Amino acid sequence: MPAKTYIQTRLNGESVDFLAEPRQSLLECLRDVVGLTGTKEGCNDGNCGACTVEMDGRIVTSCLVLGVEAAGSDIVTIEGIAEGSALHPVQQAFLENAALQCGICTPGFIVATKALLDHNPDPSEYEIRFWLANNLCRCTGYDKIVRAVQDAAARMQEAGA
Amino acid sequence: MTTTTDYERNVILSSVDYNVVGTRPIRHDGADKVTGRALYGADFDTAGLLHGHVLRSPHAHAHIRGIDASAAEALEGVFAVVTFADFPNVVDATLDLGEEVTTLHDLQSNILARHKALYKGHAVAAVAASNPHIAEQAARLIKVDYEVLPPVMTAPEGMADGAPILHESLRTSELGTVVADKQTNVADHFQHSKGDVEQAFADADVVVEREFNTVTVHQGYIEPHAATALWNNDGRLHIWCSTQGAFPARDATAEALRLPVSQVRVTPMEIGGGFGGKIPVYLEPVAAMLSKKSGRPVKLVMSRADVFEASGPTCGSNMRVKVGAKRDGSITAMQAYLAYEAGAFKGSPVGAGAMCVFAAYDVDNAVIDGYDVVVNKPKTAAYRAPGAPNAAFAAEQVVDEVARELGMDGIDLRLKNAAKEGTRRPDGMVFPRIGCVEVLEAMKSHPHYSAPLGENQGRGVAIGYWFNVGFESSVNIAVNADGTITLVEGSTDIGGSRASIAMQAAEVLGIPAESVRPSVVDTDSVGFTAVTGGSRTTYATGWAAYDAALDVKAQMIARAAAIWEVDADTIELVDGEFRTADGELSMSFAELAGQLGGTGGPVIGRASRNAGGLGVGGGSFAGNIVDVEVDPETGKTTVLRFTVVQDAGKAIHPSYVEGQMQGGSVQGIGWALNEEYYMNEDGAMANSTLLDYRMPTSLDLPMIDTVIVEVASDHPFGVRGVGEANIVPPTPAIANAIHDAVGLRMDRLPMSPVAIMEETWKRK
Repeated sequence: MPAKTYIQTRLNGESVDFLAEPRQSLLECLRDVVGLTGTKEGCNDGNCGACTVEMDGRIVTSCLVLGVEAAGSDIVTIEGIAEGSALHPVQQAFLENAALQCGICTPGFIVATKALLDHNPDPSEYEIRFWLANNLCRCTGYDKIVRAVQDAAARMQEAGA
Repeated sequence: MTTTTDYERNVILSSVDYNVVGTRPIRHDGADKVTGRALYGADFDTAGLLHGHVLRSPHAHAHIRGIDASAAEALEGVFAVVTFADFPNVVDATLDLGEEVTTLHDLQSNILARHKALYKGHAVAAVAASNPHIAEQAARLIKVDYEVLPPVMTAPEGMADGAPILHESLRTSELGTVVADKQTNVADHFQHSKGDVEQAFADADVVVEREFNTVTVHQGYIEPHAATALWNNDGRLHIWCSTQGAFPARDATAEALRLPVSQVRVTPMEIGGGFGGKIPVYLEPVAAMLSKKSGRPVKLVMSRADVFEASGPTCGSNMRVKVGAKRDGSITAMQAYLAYEAGAFKGSPVGAGAMCVFAAYDVDNAVIDGYDVVVNKPKTAAYRAPGAPNAAFAAEQVVDEVARELGMDGIDLRLKNAAKEGTRRPDGMVFPRIGCVEVLEAMKSHPHYSAPLGENQGRGVAIGYWFNVGFESSVNIAVNADGTITLVEGSTDIGGSRASIAMQAAEVLGIPAESVRPSVVDTDSVGFTAVTGGSRTTYATGWAAYDAALDVKAQMIARAAAIWEVDADTIELVDGEFRTADGELSMSFAELAGQLGGTGGPVIGRASRNAGGLGVGGGSFAGNIVDVEVDPETGKTTVLRFTVVQDAGKAIHPSYVEGQMQGGSVQGIGWALNEEYYMNEDGAMANSTLLDYRMPTSLDLPMIDTVIVEVASDHPFGVRGVGEANIVPPTPAIANAIHDAVGLRMDRLPMSPVAIMEETWKRK
């Protein structure tokens, strides 16, 4: 078995360390080493977006990042989105707008949506569709997801105003 | 031209007002699914877990002359290797061709190839090791001696004289009887016939006939298949998996392994999409055999390429449809020839395609021939209204062409000939109350239908049908002292059905949806419940929940009667309150629930129901109005506007009904414009990634407008399952829109830019 590397990260605001084999992706480290299974594997080649996490302020598909590359980085996964026991407005908007059916793509969509609204608090429908084009959903046809993002943007603007 | 139908409108019973039914509460499993806490198939973990890897055939068609796993077994960290020889009591299909034995033989041979690999990706052996990387490395060390054979890739190829034969023992059956003792790839042929179709075509003023071809497409669920098995030391097998039906997965695994069903327990994890593709078992029996051999729990997870190459996509097809009509718009004759690919083992959805192909039409003369053809592709599985979208792609384009030849509006032509209560379909089924006319009328009156169009833009319409199924469901309810209920069911929740089932129980008991805690449980914890599929769950399991709630209600009334010392007949439950008819005594549901312990003990309700077979409640019709723009330079088709109308009978949770309509529509859009298994000359899929198998993204689509029509079925609230019919009309509606835009009649799927340009050049 290849030698493992000791990796220190900030994960969802906590200091978290783990051992990673050189061949393990960040996705595999999050799920199988750290035990955070909220980040999902849909394709393992960067095309479905189910494994989307935020890494140093950018969203990445964690299947295309090696675990060892995460050393020293600040990572936010779906488990770090809620604010304590309160859901984040994006999560609440997804629930109230029925923006999920099976829910497997939902963690990736929520992480990506939060990043969108952090960058662009008032996106147009086109900007939402463009930003989320890396996240595949096979259940909803995206209609209710787009509406949930619009609703979340309105909620966050209202809360910030 | 105005609507010429003289059909008396169905009574729309579902205009009844309800307290809970028809509202939009937050789904009960919602918080878990937006926080990452919900556990799906691959998320399962347990002490001592081993990880498996399946070795798959690189060839589409090959004899397997030998397997040498010694190097894999010797690798450090490997705990077990299995092949077909590890199935207990392997069935020899060359000895007995009885239906049951053939079925078992096919089931086992698809799970692990026997003497032959029948498609690229066919599982040949599997390894369990201490981690997935060692398992993969070990699988590569297994030496398989293949004799490569020429593959058969389409139905016409498979039916041709001299075609390579997949199964030496296969003979063509008609109605279960072998018709010729001759090797073949045609597993089954049937014919539905009604009236005198030849005479009717001869007498018709307009006859249109065309041939159509479609290719293999995949359901495209985002979660790959995953299963963990523990063959316990007491001999019992426990499986945790992502499945559309814990009981069907239990039964198929037990059958493949020749175990009594009681020896197998299946715990369904949350399921990340299925659309029919997670009904069969692929990994479960393999994980079980690896667990038995290693004495440890073993997890198997498919890669995305495995999902494409080795699960069950839906079929490609070769079809001919002929329609004859009188000058006044009466359709007098319809004929269909449907040859569907089964994949490597018999069982394409051609039978369902034949049930649906002309379902929207009340026609006196019709003939439908269906052929089930084995080819060297993965064994097809169900995909949302399996078989119907192929057939509709053909039939609804020919109907569109007939309308154009008659100079008649397409919706008017369909309304004039629409199926209604009492119509006998060509396959023999007589419709109960259905909403075909109502769906068409809602389309006709929709503002979308008369909106202006620009250059290179076109509008298409189509209608589609799915018959829906009933089958068995079981529900248990326990009343809690705080006035809530726990509801236990066996239907895996693939898209919000916990909510739609809980809401039906809540309605009966006069309590809020939030006062129901629904749980999907394992096969040891509830009565048999059939698969989540066939648009049956909200209908059949919902009906069982309705019945179980009635059981609770009767017991609660009896308890109130005992407490009040009055006759139970004098007590009614109104808006969540038990009261005597004279209004003197009353008690809320919660108050009575709090007194159960001391007045006779807890109240539990239960119900099981077989909600019937195929076609329960009359099924559901869905129609589309689609606007497209075709770029004449590139052949790219853009969907500008999309409206879907569907008969839901009664929408229990309208948001999730709309969601089904939108999701099915978009799968249909992908099928129409992008998606295909691109097969190379060796019979291998050349595009087994989500980059190259191009499913629609958010950027490819407009909003999907929905119109829910409610023509009540026989269900207590009038429910019709809405999961499937919505994928049927998009491919022909888009084809009709492309024709309207640029005059091309597309006779094949997908209608990709390449296909559009080839058709354009053909005309020049």
